[in-house]
Amino acid sequence: MRKFSVFAVAREALRGHKGWEPQWVSPEPRKEYDVIIVGGGGHGLGAAYYLAKEHGITNVAVIEKGWLGGGNTGRNTTIIRSNYLYDESMDIYEHSLKLWEGLSQELNYNVMYSPRGVMMLSHNIHDRQSFKRHIHANRLHGIDNEWLTPEQAKDFCPPLDISATARYPINGAALQRRGGTARHDAVAWGYARAASDRGVHIIQNCEVKGIRRGPNGEVTGVETSRGFIGAKKIAVSASGHNSVIMSMADVRVPLHSVPLQALVSEPMKPIFPCVVMSNTVHAYISQSDKGELVIGAGTDQYNSYSQTGGLQIITHTLDAICELFPMFRRVKMMRQWGGITDNTPDRSAIQGVTPVPNLFVNCGWGTGGFKATPGSAHLFAHLIAKGEPHKLASGLTLDRFRTGRLIDEAAAAAVAH
Amino acid sequence: MSGANRIAGQGRLTPARTARFTFDGKSYEALEGDTVASALLANGVHLVGRSFKYHRPRGIVSAGPEEPNALIDVARDAARRQPNVRATVQEVFDGMKVTSQNRWPSLTFDVGGLNNLMSPFFAAGFYYKTFMWPKAAWEKVYEPVIRRAAGLGTAPTEEDPDHYANRYATCDVLVVGAGVAGLSAALAAAATGARVILCDEQPEVGGALHYDRSVTVDGKEGFVWAQEAAAKLAAMENVTVLSRTTAFGYYNHNFVGLVERVTDHVARPDRKAPRERLWQVRAKRVILATGAIERHMVFGNNDRPGIMLASAARTYLNHFGVAVGKKVAIYTANDSAYEAAFDLKRAGVQIAAIIDSRSKPGDAVLNEARSHGIEVLPGHSVVDTKGHRRVSSITVVRNGGGGKRSIAVDALLTSAGWTPSVHLFSQSRGKVAYNAETGQFLPGTYAQDCLSVGACNGTNGLQATIEEALAAGELMARATGNDGGEKVELRGENAFEWTGGMAGAAEGAGADTNVKAFIDFQNDVCAKDIRLAVREGMHSIEHIKRFTTNGMATDQGKLSNLHGLAIAAETLGREIPKVGLTTFRAPYTPVTFGTIINHSRGDLFDPARKTPMHAWEEAHGALFEDVGNWKRAWYYPRAGETMQEAVDRECRTVRAVAGVFDASTLGKIEVVGPDAAEFLNLMYTNAWDTLKPGRCRYGIMLREDGFVYDDGVVGRIAEDRFHVTTTTGGAPRVMNHMEDYLQTEFPHLKVWLTSTTEQWAVIAVQGPKAREIIAPLVEGIDISNEAFPHMSVREGKICGVPTRLFRMSFTGEAGYEVNVPADYGQAVWEAIWARAETLGACAYGTETMHVLRAEKGYIIVGQDTDGTVTPFDAGLAWAVSKKKTDFVGIRGLKRPDLVKEGRKQLVGLRTKDPKLVLEEGAQIVADPNQPMPMKMLGHVTSAYWSENCGHSIAFALVEGGHSRTGQTLYVPMPDRTVAVEVTDMVFIDKEGARLNG
Repeated sequence: MRKFSVFAVAREALRGHKGWEPQWVSPEPRKEYDVIIVGGGGHGLGAAYYLAKEHGITNVAVIEKGWLGGGNTGRNTTIIRSNYLYDESMDIYEHSLKLWEGLSQELNYNVMYSPRGVMMLSHNIHDRQSFKRHIHANRLHGIDNEWLTPEQAKDFCPPLDISATARYPINGAALQRRGGTARHDAVAWGYARAASDRGVHIIQNCEVKGIRRGPNGEVTGVETSRGFIGAKKIAVSASGHNSVIMSMADVRVPLHSVPLQALVSEPMKPIFPCVVMSNTVHAYISQSDKGELVIGAGTDQYNSYSQTGGLQIITHTLDAICELFPMFRRVKMMRQWGGITDNTPDRSAIQGVTPVPNLFVNCGWGTGGFKATPGSAHLFAHLIAKGEPHKLASGLTLDRFRTGRLIDEAAAAAVAH
Repeated sequence: MSGANRIAGQGRLTPARTARFTFDGKSYEALEGDTVASALLANGVHLVGRSFKYHRPRGIVSAGPEEPNALIDVARDAARRQPNVRATVQEVFDGMKVTSQNRWPSLTFDVGGLNNLMSPFFAAGFYYKTFMWPKAAWEKVYEPVIRRAAGLGTAPTEEDPDHYANRYATCDVLVVGAGVAGLSAALAAAATGARVILCDEQPEVGGALHYDRSVTVDGKEGFVWAQEAAAKLAAMENVTVLSRTTAFGYYNHNFVGLVERVTDHVARPDRKAPRERLWQVRAKRVILATGAIERHMVFGNNDRPGIMLASAARTYLNHFGVAVGKKVAIYTANDSAYEAAFDLKRAGVQIAAIIDSRSKPGDAVLNEARSHGIEVLPGHSVVDTKGHRRVSSITVVRNGGGGKRSIAVDALLTSAGWTPSVHLFSQSRGKVAYNAETGQFLPGTYAQDCLSVGACNGTNGLQATIEEALAAGELMARATGNDGGEKVELRGENAFEWTGGMAGAAEGAGADTNVKAFIDFQNDVCAKDIRLAVREGMHSIEHIKRFTTNGMATDQGKLSNLHGLAIAAETLGREIPKVGLTTFRAPYTPVTFGTIINHSRGDLFDPARKTPMHAWEEAHGALFEDVGNWKRAWYYPRAGETMQEAVDRECRTVRAVAGVFDASTLGKIEVVGPDAAEFLNLMYTNAWDTLKPGRCRYGIMLREDGFVYDDGVVGRIAEDRFHVTTTTGGAPRVMNHMEDYLQTEFPHLKVWLTSTTEQWAVIAVQGPKAREIIAPLVEGIDISNEAFPHMSVREGKICGVPTRLFRMSFTGEAGYEVNVPADYGQAVWEAIWARAETLGACAYGTETMHVLRAEKGYIIVGQDTDGTVTPFDAGLAWAVSKKKTDFVGIRGLKRPDLVKEGRKQLVGLRTKDPKLVLEEGAQIVADPNQPMPMKMLGHVTSAYWSENCGHSIAFALVEGGHSRTGQTLYVPMPDRTVAVEVTDMVFIDKEGARLNG
């Protein structure tokens, strides 16, 4: 792999950039692989990279129905943070955040991780109780998260309206300074390039149609739109369609899939310095390096695989954004879209073994999977290589829904009494 | 004449009606009806903006919404300012201030223009390859610089004083676009009697008829016919014609979003009128007549000011009366651009040459050009241009080499052909199909009840368009059950049939070259950038788009997408349809946030719910807290009191005398029917069939997974009638939860549910003197302790109005909750208050309520529980029936992890320092000196100063808490560690004597 650097760019500039090579190669599939990863998003590509790099397993194919990073990796609002409540969540998201901090250098690909701070607004007593609970838990776990007064919140994010006459006045905020954003496409491409460099096969436009099983029920390969491909192990990480893929091996996973919408404004000069989220008024917003306001909206009220959504969801979100930032009412929406999120009953992910031998699953990241990408990929690679979870991911088992040992992050942000 | 380039006798504007505006501080004169673009061109201003990345000088490219370059900042006053407005669609009004964007210090001298010199370095995706060293510099140096350089306009900084409106509408047929096709379709549909909405983004109908003067319909000039047709439609009762109205989004089930610009073109708008109006239209059928957009030619330095689309130049001449140059050349790959030369020539403009990249232009236009004496160069191409702030010359070569010459021009008009506007069709989830013959993506498979007609359907020729549109209009209208009227017939003629067109790089900008041949002007994407993306392995069109940012600018690729696709296909050696289009997403053109939210702001953002006693509480000095949508009285400070002092006083008074509390926000559900008790047996953990009429019981409701969902007191009014109460925040979801089970799991039960939350005002009277307060006011109920013990309910009268009187308590004191119809709430409250005040009682708010209930060990679901707590964890095992064989959550409760040792359980805490109040949310550990990450045992759910106890009190969820009574645990805070003792949860009156007093 040719190293990316300012010198390489300068050299190429002198000869019209004719010397660049493909960032990843797309060979014809082999007859069989040691590991097939289903799903070419950040989690799947990252897992392939770490399998090759840390476990020496390079006879690996990543199989993608469409184009790399075309699912939720390329559709999300790129928020990164680790200030979750439960140990299991803090472990995995903090592991991820630490990997984010060095990811550009690790991959030799600028993923533009930008720790501009993620600020969550508190609007009432219940928010404050919940945020303080997070802040104290984070502090004792070694994760940064601090309480701000309304004035401090406004200092950190000047466009914020902290007036007492707001419909839901702000009584404080929780700020994780190391939180921020990254460039989503670059994450997929960077992992693909680095994995490809280590011998991983990246196979796009290849839809998995079935999972073939051996005499003992173990997986033996996948039926695809490009024919059968054998595999000793299969790892599924196909967000939005995980329950569809898993059902091919007769495994029912407790997921429901709903479209989540997002939108961007027209690009503008820097106006918004950080990420702001509000659970009470249902909004989150940041500004991309290109200048667009990136705004996350809600989910449709019903299950669906449609990567679009109703106008009313966007309306509700912009209501909230304009309530928090009244000067944005004259800003224009440039593009809206949707992506399918797989949600578990406790809103925490599933990563673990399945009842089917040699079939592994990484799913259920809900609306927050992007931030987990490097951590999830790293731990998923461990699971695939060793056949058992890394201790940081040991709580994310599929079995927990049977036993009741839930990691209920949604409940922890419980509704007002 | 307003502007030196306005030509007398040309255009449709009235010379006498002028307006003045400023551009970058300089004043210009315009005519009413001008766009900013036409007015600037009339005044000879071509340089209007700078590009995103290279800051290259840019001019006006188009005369419509596809404009990539001429983005301006438009201000009426300081607060009424909008960035990134297309100069080509913004109408001029007198007094408007227009400012150019993305330049510093000025448009003509822009320091950012240095980027252009660095452009070999700034190839597509270069930022993924660099800015990685040193690691810290990305955040501190590189990114801030990139952010400042990027962006276009400046965001508004003041709150927008304008207001916006919303209309919901339904119709039989919605026709989008009012050119020849849309008008014809609307005429045919309207004639059947169908309810028709016709919308068009321009101020006047006509579409292409704005510029195409060689067209007649029914013997009239096309544009004149169009105005008459629109007037006829507007006069019909069953038709709504909306101008300045863009259909921006096509959603599910023929739901189409329109935005109508109401006042942005008016100098002094009526302040009562909205600035823009959102139309949310549900149409039985939709007809898309959205036309086509002309593409530019892709060649070296094709981006200089003065280089524009041929049809745009015709619009400026034929509609606005403006000549875009004095010596104009045309560079085309298709016949339509010739007509621009004919129109300009007739208006007296010198045509330098028509350069046609095809060796065989259409005979008709070729002959016409020669009859005008215009030099035509078939089989030639423009390969370069010169000119800094405006094009000054072009370099022409013969295709394949030779014949190089330079031609001096002050404008160059280009046309590579027409791209059908399939945006809305595609948004509707319809699938496009590629027509290899015309090189166009056209509507293929429809997903919703709509039809495309005219240019957006690839239909060529005027009469063919009219016939297709008339047929579609009638067909769609009849499909909605309208069968009146006579067949509409129209006859159209046009001078020339148009053929030709190309996509991708033209001669001299091919794969072997390194010229800057722009395809996406705004984002500075050149043909070579697409090739670079392919070289780097980006083989999906979505990857190419994202890697190069082609089509991601504010015009969303209206000009550039097909060019990008064609170059990618050529580079990949694949056919165009095999590479495929990127997804079309709403909105068609950007939509103001304010329009989307319209009325939903301030008080209407989220309506505040107020109880019937709210006004009294406000008048008596209450401060309020938000609980869900409700405004609840929080505490009643007297003059000079702090919050703590007020709450302490209220707490003391309630226990010593009595207090009056507004409990109206509690959720209330009337559960009625012969199976009501059986239903409640299934919904709650405890038994309800054993509850006698006239008695109440505290109930716990679980989710399927066994965790506490809600709680409340339920009174049995009669054998078949229960008065259920829920938490304030839980009211709607408990109602849904019950309905859900009733309809899906227990449909055999005869039970009816009615939400009565807002029908009852609830006045809690609590304390030793509670009975004395209400006794004189109550009629028909014996409220003596014997006849009306704790946990009873009676119907009767209070203050002469009907009441459901509950004997119950959330304070630990003897008390009543007086339910009266909401309309009587304030009057009864005042009557009770008059008695209470005389006897020395106080009004108290939610904060005191919280303290009093905590003193007594009562939990609040949602604060002391969080969706992970079983009734056993919460110490409510007594409320879970051991006899019942079924209730919601019974199986969930039996899961291994819900019954194992060491679960987090609710306990009381006392701080070793009695004065110290814990922080709610603080974490609890056994060993405060352990290293990070610490093993956390649980957290503080509630914590208060208890004036009545004389020490602080708290509840906490603690691992194995029920077996830790007496243990010392620690709460590590940032500045100190607090030692606490685990206790039970009842801090006063453990025997419950006061309840029965």
